[in-house]
Amino acid sequence: MKTRSFNWLVWAGLLISVVAFVSYFFVFVRFPVTRDFPWASLLLFGVAAALLLVGLRRAFAPERHRGSKVAGLVAATLSVAIFGVFVFTTFIMARWMPTAQGAPQVGQRAPEFSLADTDGKPVSLSELLSTPINGKAPRGVLLVFYRGYW
Amino acid sequence: MAISVDAPDVSRDMREKAGYTYTFLSDPNAEVIRRYDLVHAGAGEHGRDIARPGEFLVDSSGTVRWVNLTENYWVRARPEQFIEAAKALP
Repeated sequence: MKTRSFNWLVWAGLLISVVAFVSYFFVFVRFPVTRDFPWASLLLFGVAAALLLVGLRRAFAPERHRGSKVAGLVAATLSVAIFGVFVFTTFIMARWMPTAQGAPQVGQRAPEFSLADTDGKPVSLSELLSTPINGKAPRGVLLVFYRGYW
Repeated sequence: MAISVDAPDVSRDMREKAGYTYTFLSDPNAEVIRRYDLVHAGAGEHGRDIARPGEFLVDSSGTVRWVNLTENYWVRARPEQFIEAAKALP
């Protein structure tokens, strides 16, 4: 008699893979310690892989119905695909950037500019460098160029 | 001070939501971003040019004292690094 009992291990593995993927972009990305190297996400993918391996062994046991094998393979394939997209996004695609070899280097002058602030008022670098903060002349300005939120 | 291609109102909403108090400047045509050689061509919405991440600490004479150009945009300079670099300013 073939058994048709629900193989929760493979589906739990798939669910944790989805959680591992989504949680990086919505949660772990907010904290440098889990963003710079996504160890927390990789750990979750590891848990998913362990569940899937045990689940697949169960799915391919001789007493199991064929549907169990198919379900196990579907869950495992989807999980591997999700992991692949995650690795591609965080480790490969994120490095596709110009090297910025012509960017100002230490010891060079920072090119002057004037741009609109959040109120539309023009602000220049020289202005930022000379406007007193709490009654004291600023010792410097940190320029942070970022990708933007569009 | 932060610079991106975002329009002033986009930066204003983000700044207020996040509670940032420093200046946000808008460079919609990536002119200053280009002057700093930080253009990431076509990487924005609808193939728009945006900035690749880059941080520069400039002293009061206008000279660059510290630079950080990440090779992976999920890896950014941490506040401690800025503070350490700022301590070394004259």
